[in-house]
Amino acid sequence: MLSTFSEFATWLIYSILGFDPESKLGSALHFFIEDTTKIFFLLIVMIYLIAILRASLNVEAVRDFLSGKHRALGYVMGSTFGAITPFCSCSSIPVFLGFTSAGIPIGITMAFLLTSPLINEVAVLLLISLVGWKVTLIYVLVGMAVGIICGMFLDMIHAEKWLQPFALKAFQNAGSVNSVSSKERAALSLKERHQFAKQELADIFSRVWKWVIIGVGLGSALHGFVPEAWFEAHLSQGQWWTVPVAVLAAIPLYSNATGVIPVMESLIIKGLPLGTTMAFCMSTVAASFPEFVLLKQVMRWKLLAVVFVTLLISFTVVGWVLNLIPTT
Amino acid sequence: MKEIKVLGSGCTKCEKTAELIQKIAAEVQAEVNIQKETDPEVIMNYAVMRTPAVVIDEQVVHSGSIPETNKVRQWLEG
Repeated sequence: MLSTFSEFATWLIYSILGFDPESKLGSALHFFIEDTTKIFFLLIVMIYLIAILRASLNVEAVRDFLSGKHRALGYVMGSTFGAITPFCSCSSIPVFLGFTSAGIPIGITMAFLLTSPLINEVAVLLLISLVGWKVTLIYVLVGMAVGIICGMFLDMIHAEKWLQPFALKAFQNAGSVNSVSSKERAALSLKERHQFAKQELADIFSRVWKWVIIGVGLGSALHGFVPEAWFEAHLSQGQWWTVPVAVLAAIPLYSNATGVIPVMESLIIKGLPLGTTMAFCMSTVAASFPEFVLLKQVMRWKLLAVVFVTLLISFTVVGWVLNLIPTT
Repeated sequence: MKEIKVLGSGCTKCEKTAELIQKIAAEVQAEVNIQKETDPEVIMNYAVMRTPAVVIDEQVVHSGSIPETNKVRQWLEG
């Protein structure tokens, strides 16, 4: 079914507009039209369907579920919920404080918050359709592992001591105040679910469409204009230093998961090793200064720096490990 | 006089929520005092995790989105 989009692009770019399929521009434009139409189509259908399914899942429910869970299970569940519960990044501070003041350890909260931007259902579906289920599975496992490991590490070093004083106090007093649990929700009717899904679709789509255009634009430029020989000569050997360089190079770049996936597709097609590609893409999504500066409201600089560096190191290690595994 | 607080980090949705309440208050001629609250500590103390949220006379009545016009009208007329 998805080949329709490729046929449409072929028809539009080569037959109607008369570009030469062998030319750089033609090939780049074809990639751009194919991917944008395909991604927009998938986004609309998938966001709606998934929103219908998880209409009753929200951060309050996750908080109630996570509080009082055993630690080891907590990290895994925190990261899993991070992957499936969407929330606007402008809510990360209230979510952080809500979890913390419910007595959830900071490591579990961070496992939730760090996994959240990396994995979501839209990203997963796009990955499956663009790069296949194998790479998708690796992406999901890696994303969750990074969240879990960073979370465990933060608890190991008792990172809560570097919270802002009011947040630390709320954590220590957890249970005595603020114990309002989310109200029992009645089961949602189909009509309410449709309403929710419609809103969700408008909300997510209005946020991600520009990232898709930018991402696909970059992907097609890479696809059409950077010769494979260049990649082969410079980056395809998986030299050890290419991974940390890719991670660092991605810091000033910022995109959400939806926008970075077309770039990932293009890099993999060009023969960039999987580990380097993953490290680069995940760093682009998760290690961004604007988002981290927001966290300053609840964390002291020291903790911010620790989280940021831990994240960069995890991406690098993951990249190295993946580059060692032969992928064919 | 209703004391209304819009809780949120200052994102556009929070601005729009405050504007909407202001507009409808004028429409139904309700006397309101609208404040925008961006301090994370205060937001935490209302146990709100999704912004924008609306607090009327110290009661959280809404959280997580720009409220519907009808809902706002109900709050202000009620």
